[in-house]
Amino acid sequence: MPAIGEHAPPFELPDTDGGLHQPGGAPATVVVFTCNHCPYALAWHDRLMAVAGDYARQGVRMLAINPNDAERYPRDSPEAMRARVDRGDFDGVPYLRDESQEVAGAYDARTTPDVFVLDAEGVLRYRGAPDSDHDDPAQNAAWLRAALDAVLEGRAPDRQETPPVGCSIKWRG
Amino acid sequence: MRVELLFWAGCPSHPKALADLREALADTGLDPDCVIVREVDDELGAEAEEFVGSPTIRIDGLDVQPPGDEPTGLTCRVYRRRDGRISPTPDPADLREALRAASSSAGARS
Repeated sequence: MPAIGEHAPPFELPDTDGGLHQPGGAPATVVVFTCNHCPYALAWHDRLMAVAGDYARQGVRMLAINPNDAERYPRDSPEAMRARVDRGDFDGVPYLRDESQEVAGAYDARTTPDVFVLDAEGVLRYRGAPDSDHDDPAQNAAWLRAALDAVLEGRAPDRQETPPVGCSIKWRG
Repeated sequence: MRVELLFWAGCPSHPKALADLREALADTGLDPDCVIVREVDDELGAEAEEFVGSPTIRIDGLDVQPPGDEPTGLTCRVYRRRDGRISPTPDPADLREALRAASSSAGARS
């Protein structure tokens, strides 16, 4: 697992149309492991998409990655991912498939959601939950926003790591 | 009245669900300690229990939010709150309503 202050593992993953995406090329990149079937991921989803929209004008990129075993959890199949993208659920945020689960493993992602913020050099600056309560939309992904504000100002976030909260990643048996 | 909470340990929502359920029981004048808590820990158990996700709360055998044709399995269950939000736990108002309904039908039978 990359520690805070270390370079995050590079990756290249396909979106639901087959286009390939890598982190970087931005003053900050948010990598969020998420999925279709988890109530925690769904409860936080709109807040995460709002962050993507609000920080896009500052050049921040967000990449959503679904690493779950779709054989055991068919709701996380590529077809189901594409259906959500087609419905507009991701509002321009690439929804990537980590079929081999290697990226989730390299990041030591534990739950959906699990959020990582990388700076312009690809150094990990924040890892954890979007905010303190999945059940309170007023939290507005405050921890993630604070981390992005800090990275964009060139300083370390006050809160660099929080415990990820959500459904466990569904690893292949 | 039989109040059951079935959970899968891979989903972190059951402590909150149990606390909400006990609070709903107390709010409706019932014993908060009457909950039968059972763990479902494999797919065969999920199938046998018709367990569609964690937590599942049944009152006299009836699910507090009937799951429709959801497949059984070890997963976190998706609930819809009364205000439309998605949540890992049932709306406490749904719990109270289900408890009151079960309580009145038990009263009508006696």
